Amino acid sequence: MRRFSWFNATSLTLGFAFLYLPMILLVVYSFNESRLVTVWAGFSTKWYGELLQNEEFLDAAWVTLKVAFFSSTIATVLGTMAAYVMIRAGRFPGRTLFSGMIYAPLVMPEVITGLSLLLLFIGIGLDRGVLTVVLAHTTFSMCYVSVVVSSRLSTFDQALEEAALDLGASPFESFTLITLPIIAPAVISGWLLAFTLSLDDLVIASFTTGPGATTLPIKVFSAVRLGVSPEINALSTLLISIVTVGVITASLVSKRAAVQRRREEQAAQRTA
Amino acid sequence: MAESVFAPWNDPEAKPLIQFKGVTKRFGDFTAIDDLTQNIYEREFFALLGPSGCGKTTLMRMLAGFEEPTEGQILLNGVDIGHVPPNKRAVNMMFQSYALFPHLSVYDNIAFGLRREKKPKDEIHARVKEMLRLTRLDRFAQRKPHQISGGQRQRVALARSLAKAPKLLLLDEPLGALDKKLREETQFELMDIQEKTGTTFIIVTHDQEEAMTVASRVAVMDEGRIVQVATPDVIYEAPNSVYVADFIGDVNLIRGTARARPTDTPPETVAKPEPEPKPAPAPRETASAPAPERAAPQPNTLGRALHDKLLSPIFGKWLEDEPRRLPPPTAPEAPRAAAPETTAPSPQPQDIPPGGLEIDWSEGQAAIIAANGDPALDGEKVVLALRPEKLGIAKTRPQAPNTLKGKVIDIAYLGNISTYHVEIEGGVMVKAQAANTRRIARRDITWEDEVWLSFTATAGVVLKDE
Repeated sequence: MRRFSWFNATSLTLGFAFLYLPMILLVVYSFNESRLVTVWAGFSTKWYGELLQNEEFLDAAWVTLKVAFFSSTIATVLGTMAAYVMIRAGRFPGRTLFSGMIYAPLVMPEVITGLSLLLLFIGIGLDRGVLTVVLAHTTFSMCYVSVVVSSRLSTFDQALEEAALDLGASPFESFTLITLPIIAPAVISGWLLAFTLSLDDLVIASFTTGPGATTLPIKVFSAVRLGVSPEINALSTLLISIVTVGVITASLVSKRAAVQRRREEQAAQRTA
Repeated sequence: MAESVFAPWNDPEAKPLIQFKGVTKRFGDFTAIDDLTQNIYEREFFALLGPSGCGKTTLMRMLAGFEEPTEGQILLNGVDIGHVPPNKRAVNMMFQSYALFPHLSVYDNIAFGLRREKKPKDEIHARVKEMLRLTRLDRFAQRKPHQISGGQRQRVALARSLAKAPKLLLLDEPLGALDKKLREETQFELMDIQEKTGTTFIIVTHDQEEAMTVASRVAVMDEGRIVQVATPDVIYEAPNSVYVADFIGDVNLIRGTARARPTDTPPETVAKPEPEPKPAPAPRETASAPAPERAAPQPNTLGRALHDKLLSPIFGKWLEDEPRRLPPPTAPEAPRAAAPETTAPSPQPQDIPPGGLEIDWSEGQAAIIAANGDPALDGEKVVLALRPEKLGIAKTRPQAPNTLKGKVIDIAYLGNISTYHVEIEGGVMVKAQAANTRRIARRDITWEDEVWLSFTATAGVVLKDE
C-alpha cells in the first residue's frame, strides 16, 4: 500500500474544504438562534418552524415541484425519442448536423436561451406563467436526457430488437417490450437529471416566468436581495439533506444489485 | 440411389423450400452477394461456410428479413419473401450473441414469440413446456439469462427460436461462444434436435469442422458467391477448386504441368466382355464414402481396370453430371465389382491404373501420377491437392505409385496424430500426417531425418491452377 504522504493529506483537505465549507457554514447557521447570519447566538430550530409557516415559500416550492415534474417528464419522452432516432436511424443526410444541434443547448449560455424563449413567447402571444416555465425547462433539459439515453443505447445490443422482430413482434412492441425495459435505468436517470436541473434553474425561469409562477430559486434570490434570512438557510439545509439521502440510497441499491448479480452469475457458472 | 439416403438435391422431383434466384445484394459500391442462385430443400441441414466477409451472414440476414435483396428473388415455398418484414415470416433465427432478453425469465423468453401470435394461454404454456423438455431446461424455467451458464443460454436461444415451429431455422455461428468440448457436444445435440423436429436448418459458420459435422450439405462461399455446394465428404475428397481444397482442412498444393497418360488397356483386361451385373454397387460407393480406404497400398489392378474400362464408360457421363461425386473407387471397393471373376493376373509392376494425368512438378524429379486426373487438362497448369493424411511416411522407400524423398523439418505432435513437415527434393514443403499408434518414445522418425513420402495414384485431386 502507498504511504499517505503529507502532500496528499493537504491536497485532500484543501479540496474538500473548498467544496464543502460553504455548505457546512450554511447548515450550521440554519440552527442559529440569532437573526443575523454571521453572528452565532446559540442553537435553535425555530427557523425551521418559521419556514413551515411561510406561505410564500411553500407556494414557491409547490410551483417548483410542479414545473420540475412536468418539464422533466416531457423532456424524458422527447429526449429518449431523439436519442433513439440518432442511434438507430442509421445514416441519413444531415445526421451529424442534427445530433450536433441536439447537444448545442448544453453549451448555450442560459441567458441567451432564456432571452430567446422570452421573445418567442411574446411573439406568439403566450401569457407567461407556469406553462411557459415548463416549456422553457423542457427545452433545455431535453438535451441532457438525450445525452444520457443515447450513451446507453449505443452499447445496446441491436440483436435484441432484431430477435424481437424475428419472433413476430411489431417494431412498436419490440420497443416497448424489449428496448424500453432494458434502457429503463438510463431513462430514469435522465428524468432525475432533468428534474434536478429544473429544480435549481434561476436564469431561464426568471426570463420566462410570470405572475403566479414564482419558483423557489426566484423566491430565494429575491429574498436574499433584501437580506439573508436564516429561514433560507433552513430551506437550503432541507434541500441538501433530501438530495444527500436520495443519492446515498440510490448508490446503495445499485451496488447491492450489482453484487447480487455477480453472485448469481458465478453460481450459474458453477452449476453448469 | 438407396431409399434411406437423404439427398433431395439429387431428386429432380423434389420441391425446394428455399430458392435464391439471381440474388444480388449491394451496400453502396460493395457487392456482398453476387448473382446467387441456390436451392435448399426441406429437412436439410445446410451450412454456409466461408471466411469473414464472404457474404454468408448477409445471405442469412436476407433470409431472416433484416436485409432486402438489391436484385433477384428469394422464394420460400414458392412465395417471394424478399421484401416481407422479419416479423411476418415463418423463419426464425438463432443469434450469434443469443440475444436473450435479459429482463425476462427463461420461460418468458421462450414464450415471447408465441405470445405475439396471441395464442390461447394454455397452448402457449404447453408449447413452452415442450421446448423446455426438448432442450433439457425444465429446472431453469424461472431463471433470468444471467443466472444460467453459457451452454444453457445457448439452449434457451435454440428453444426460443424453435418455439414457433418455423419452416426454416437460421443459426448464426450458434456455437462460437462455447468452449471446444461443449461445442462438440452441442453439435450432436443440434443434429439430434434437427432430426426430431424435422425443421430445415441453415447454419452460418467459419468453422469448417463444425460445418462438416452437422451439415447434410455444405456451401463454401467466397466474395459473395457460392464456390461449391456438396455433401461434406465430397467437399473434402473432391473439391472443385483450389480455393475449396485450401479452405477445407489441411492440404498440400503441388503445382505443375499436366500431361495425359496413355489410356491403352493393359493386356490382362481382356476380361472386359464381362456383362454388367454391377450397376448396383456403383452408386453405393458414392453414398458411403470410406475415406481411409484410399490409403490402401496395394490396389487390385484387375478391379481397378474393370472399373475404368467397364463401369466408368457406362456410368461415366451419368456420374459426371449433377453434383460432383467422390473420385473413382479404390482398392477395397474394386474387388467387389470384380467378384464374379476367378482369375486375377497382375502383370503391371506397380498396380497403377491407366489413364489420368502425369504431373511434371519439378525439374529432374519423376512426374507424379494422378490416375484420377481429367485427361482434358493435358498441357495445362494444374495443382495437385493432397491431404496430409493420405501421405505415407517411411524411412525406406516403399512400393508405391508415387514416392517423394525429403527431409523432416518440423514435427507437430498433436497427441493422437503427428504432422510432419517435410521438405522434399525440389524445394517444396509437404505435410504428412501419421496416427501415433505407438508411444512417442518408440517413434522412429525425427527431425532432420531423410524420409520417403508415398501416396497412391488416386490419393490427390488434380485441379486447374487459378
